[in-house]
Amino acid sequence: MDGHQRRANLAFALKLGLAAFAMFGFAYALVPLYDVFCQATGLNGRTGQTKAISAPSVVDARWVTVEFNGDVMPGLPWRFEPRLHKLRAHPGQATTAWYRVKNLADRPLGGRAVPSVTPPLAARYFAKLECFCFSRQRLNAGEEREMPVTFIISRDLPAEVSTLTLSYAFFPSETTTLVRGEKP
Amino acid sequence: MTTADLALHGSPHAPPRGLMRWLTTTNHKDIGTMYLVFSLVMFFVGGAMILLVRAELFQPGMQMMQPELFNQLIGVHALVMIFMALMPAATGFANWMIPLMIGAPDMALPRLNNWSFWLLPPAAALLLMPFALALFGVGSGAIATGWTFYAPLSVQDGMGLDFAILAIHLLGISSVMGSINIVVTVFNLRAPGMTFMKLPLFVWGWLITAFMLIAVIPVLAGAVTMLLTDRHFGTHFFNAAGGGDPILFQHLFWFFGHPEVYIVLFPVWGLTPHILSAFARKPVYGYRAQVYAFWVIGILSVIVWGHHIMTSGMSTGALLYFMYSTMSISLPLSVLFFCWIATIWRGAMTFEAPMLFALGMIVLFGIGGLTGLVLADAAADAQYHHSYFVVAHFHYTLFAGGIMGIMAGVYFWLPKMTGHMIDEILAKWHFWLTAIAFNLTFLPQFFVGLAGMPRRVPDYALQFAEFNMLSSIGAFVLGAAQLLFLIVVVKCIRGGPPAPAKVWEGAEGLEWTVPSPPPHHTFQTRPVIGE
Repeated sequence: MDGHQRRANLAFALKLGLAAFAMFGFAYALVPLYDVFCQATGLNGRTGQTKAISAPSVVDARWVTVEFNGDVMPGLPWRFEPRLHKLRAHPGQATTAWYRVKNLADRPLGGRAVPSVTPPLAARYFAKLECFCFSRQRLNAGEEREMPVTFIISRDLPAEVSTLTLSYAFFPSETTTLVRGEKP
Repeated sequence: MTTADLALHGSPHAPPRGLMRWLTTTNHKDIGTMYLVFSLVMFFVGGAMILLVRAELFQPGMQMMQPELFNQLIGVHALVMIFMALMPAATGFANWMIPLMIGAPDMALPRLNNWSFWLLPPAAALLLMPFALALFGVGSGAIATGWTFYAPLSVQDGMGLDFAILAIHLLGISSVMGSINIVVTVFNLRAPGMTFMKLPLFVWGWLITAFMLIAVIPVLAGAVTMLLTDRHFGTHFFNAAGGGDPILFQHLFWFFGHPEVYIVLFPVWGLTPHILSAFARKPVYGYRAQVYAFWVIGILSVIVWGHHIMTSGMSTGALLYFMYSTMSISLPLSVLFFCWIATIWRGAMTFEAPMLFALGMIVLFGIGGLTGLVLADAAADAQYHHSYFVVAHFHYTLFAGGIMGIMAGVYFWLPKMTGHMIDEILAKWHFWLTAIAFNLTFLPQFFVGLAGMPRRVPDYALQFAEFNMLSSIGAFVLGAAQLLFLIVVVKCIRGGPPAPAKVWEGAEGLEWTVPSPPPHHTFQTRPVIGE
């Protein structure tokens, strides 16, 4: 292979290598793109960007069943469950449900609840006005607490949706490790 | 040793002897050989793993192993077979055959080529080492999440997962470098007169594979890097507690994972027409149509990944999009099938081992493709998802379509590489045992899958017992039949009737103009392709 050919090969290989690097970056670019997509469409059960809720004074006559679920993720020795497993609500009406949580450990622990709504397409019609998931929860050793979540279901909720499930997963929050560090 | 090799000793072009020859070689034939040998070894490693799994599944209940080991075996089996058996086998053929087929003296970037190969053994060691470490009480064994390592399970798995991530990085770098080499070789080193539309179809198939590898392997690398930082450096890409999203991982994974299926199959689709045309003694039918079909499949393959995760809660619109786009791949794929059939149509066919494997591949891969259409149906998929139906389907595509196609290629080109003919009788036995045992293994899995048996579970309900027993018996016969393959290959390397330059009377192409085995250096003077 003469020098000219060798240089041409290297130059082309370099371009292809750059393309591969660009695709590596594209994987990271997909993270925000994916998030934006989910927020905009309400897919994936994301409730963050809820569609504007119509005036609360106007209440739909129909009933929507709301089911509640609560899970604790590994690493957090808490008991966490809804007080009621389901209730019926009118779209447009503010409704409050309660969750019960107890710290089973002998030390204070922090946790954060992450919500999701099923079916995913209904997520954007479900707005939480007040929720224990808005902030980090911190429980002393053996402490038990009741926590409210107040929500409104939008009157735009498609007619075919008659049941919604609100599910929380409680994750150990960063303070947990801090608490563990303080212990000795 | 050939006379050509002898003549080279003492000259500056003589390869060093012994181990150093293989460590430092930049010769495309040596590197191709190393890829093929590595692939054969890993094929048996991955096969042994799955035979342990089938032994456990021989009867309901837990007999042989803990579920943790079972989980490790199924995942590592898949990673070994895909990344270390199928892909290196295809790359080995590429190294051996592409320069011979396009009349190039070697690959364009020979040193990079050496490096691409030598990243593979460390990757294999990294992936398999946790098994050994666990025996000494270090860690909990290899990756135990299945080969897809979905978050959040993979965020919680033991250190075997870190080993797997690093192994995947090495494999990915190796594949991308190998692909860059192939693209540059095909673009820059074609013999004078060999235009793109005169490239042999095997080269075309590999060119598309190489482009796809450069495009999607880095996305996998990105996804596993995010996983690694989630596990150890406090990021929250997939961790819901920090605002991350586990479903994102599935999208990133399958953005790579679906094209990967075609990546391992394009080289096979490329070599199939060569074999069909040689043994039907007719020119390849529909060359242009096949090249265009390759392009269409390559492009479609990167926009259909969602059909792997139809049950993850997508909107109806997204389901419909992924369903129709997935089904549309069957159109260019049928073009390939029809071209293959038209190539052998009314040909003067003989049924030597490579032809048997190629024809077997077409029939069985056809079943894999048709069952894929069933799975693509968004409504039906809810039932089939994560069942043994899926396992059966992708083994019809990847074992029958992939490995049997590769074996067709081995039998087709081995006489060219070694200079000895293969033992036809043993090779035919190998084919029939493989084809029958393969169907005995995987056909029952369609039925247990339909009946509701989930995959990746070490124990199962009693009503699946008979079919699982059949499946396990089939798997053991299938495994044993591959020992015949090993015998044929070793016999062919050690000796046998000498092969002429044009090994198969109907074969066409530049690779059949050089002696068998080819001298260490070929096409130092470029051949010129006429009209």
